[in-house]
Parts: sequence; structure tokens; C-alpha cells
Amino acid sequence: MAEGTTMGSLTLTTRTEGNAVILTASGDVDLSGSPLLRQELKKHAGKKIVVDLSAVPYMDSSGLATLVEAMQTSRKGGGQLFLCALGDRVRSIFSIAKLESVFKIVPSVEAALAG
Amino acid sequence: MSSTPQVRLQLPSNPLFLSGAREMVYQFASRCGFSDESCGQLALAVDEALCNVIRHGYGKAPDKPIWLSMTFVGGVATPETQDNNPTEALRIVIEDEAKQVDPTTIKSRDLDEIRPGGLGVHIITEVMDEVRWEKRTDGPIGMRLTMMKKRVPAGKAGEGEKCADGAAEGSSCGTEGSKGQGAA
Repeated sequence: MAEGTTMGSLTLTTRTEGNAVILTASGDVDLSGSPLLRQELKKHAGKKIVVDLSAVPYMDSSGLATLVEAMQTSRKGGGQLFLCALGDRVRSIFSIAKLESVFKIVPSVEAALAG
Repeated sequence: MSSTPQVRLQLPSNPLFLSGAREMVYQFASRCGFSDESCGQLALAVDEALCNVIRHGYGKAPDKPIWLSMTFVGGVATPETQDNNPTEALRIVIEDEAKQVDPTTIKSRDLDEIRPGGLGVHIITEVMDEVRWEKRTDGPIGMRLTMMKKRVPAGKAGEGEKCADGAAEGSSCGTEGSKGQGAA
């Protein structure tokens, strides 16, 4: 059974599928919730992590910074980080920060699991 | 718009209030006729500015005051419009009682360097048309950030409104009435 945790405006649910850890985020990834995302990403560092952002309507630079840090940790530790199902508004902040090409961004969790 | 719509509120330096501030900015801008995309950008810029105050100004202390003011101003002459083509714009002012810093030290970082943090100032300057940090002069402490964003009349979107991807002037972004960018 997946376990969910809430901090500020963000709820995170974690489940495992094969060798992948899937973090499903729901709500805004802003300064009130990004510490929770950071905490969960650190917990699974070195693994294949899939972050499902389909239920995230908003992300600010604290969320971006958290994902950049996780990506760097992942690269050093031999893990993988996939971001899935970004909405237009979330995608636009990646674009403003010129980070779209830095991440593995895929349309769905299924695509990440296959990758 | 003949009147001058204005709103001013005080909020605590607590991240839990960010979503409410974003929603208010989005709705106010929407009522002033900004496109959905611009409303989203304005909410993002304010969020980033408030985060900077909370993290760097107040060192994450959650009970310090921040003042957020928004004024829709018409007939604003900007350097680009040269007085003869006035522009309607939203002026947003964020004030605090945090320690004062030299405004020239507030800079966007080099985006070629991929690292966490330091993106807030870049985002603010990217989505707003004018940004100015200054020390408040009405006391020994506190900073003031004044930001302006021009409103592009319906049907003329893309002629002056900045795009979410950072491009400006003449692209097809910011179409009035575009959907799907609502604030959370």
C-alpha cells in the first residue's frame, strides 16, 4: 500500500514498482512543500526515481532547485531521475530557467518505467 | 479603466501563505485584463519575490511582516514607449522590515551553471518588464521591490508582452483568453 505524506501545499505518495520508486506529487511544489520532496528524493538517492507531476498545477524555483539537486545526486550515485506528465504551467518554469533539456522529462509514468 | 484598482495586504513571512498570495495576484491581474499566461507569470514573480524575503531577508523566521501592494496604472510611459504611446501596466510593490542589502548585489546567476538555488531573481527579471530593488528610506531597515508588467490589449498579445519561455516582442505568446494557466 502506498504511503502519503503532506507538508504545506504538497502531498507525496511513494510506491515501488520493480526497481523503480515512484513519487506521486499532488498540489503545489512551492517553498511550503519542496522540503518534503527533497526529503523523499534523498531517501531514495541512487535508485531509479520517477516523479509523477501530473497533479502538480504549480512549481516555483524552490521546487526546481530540489529537482536539480536530486538530479546531481542521482548522476553521482548511479541512479536515474525521471520527471513525468508536466502540465503547461510547470513546464514553463523549466523553460524560463532553461532547464528543460537537463532533465529526463517523459509523458507518463509508464514511459519512465520503460526507459 | 477609469478608476485605479489597488490592493494592499500584509502577510506573515510564512511559506504557508504563499499560495493565497499567488491566488490573489492571479485574480487581481485577471480582473485588470491580463491574459491567463501573464496572470500566471505575475503570480510566479510575486511568489519568487516573497520567497526571497522569507529565506534571505528574514532567514526563514515565519512571523515577520511583508507588505504586498498592487496597482493597475494606465497611461504609463516607459522608456520603450517614449511618452507618445502610453501603456497600461500592473505595478507590484513588496516591502519588508528585513536587513538592508546593497541592491546592486541582487543579481541573477549564470544559468549555464547547473546548480540548485539562485533562480528566483532570474525568474523575476525574466517575466517582469521592469524590476527595481531599493533600500526603504522610511526607516533604518527594510527593502522595497517594485515590479512592473505591461498589459497588452486583447488582440495585440505578442506585441509587447513577455513570454513564459523568456522570449519577448513579437512572438505569439500571451494570447488574451488562452486557458489552462490558472493559479492553484
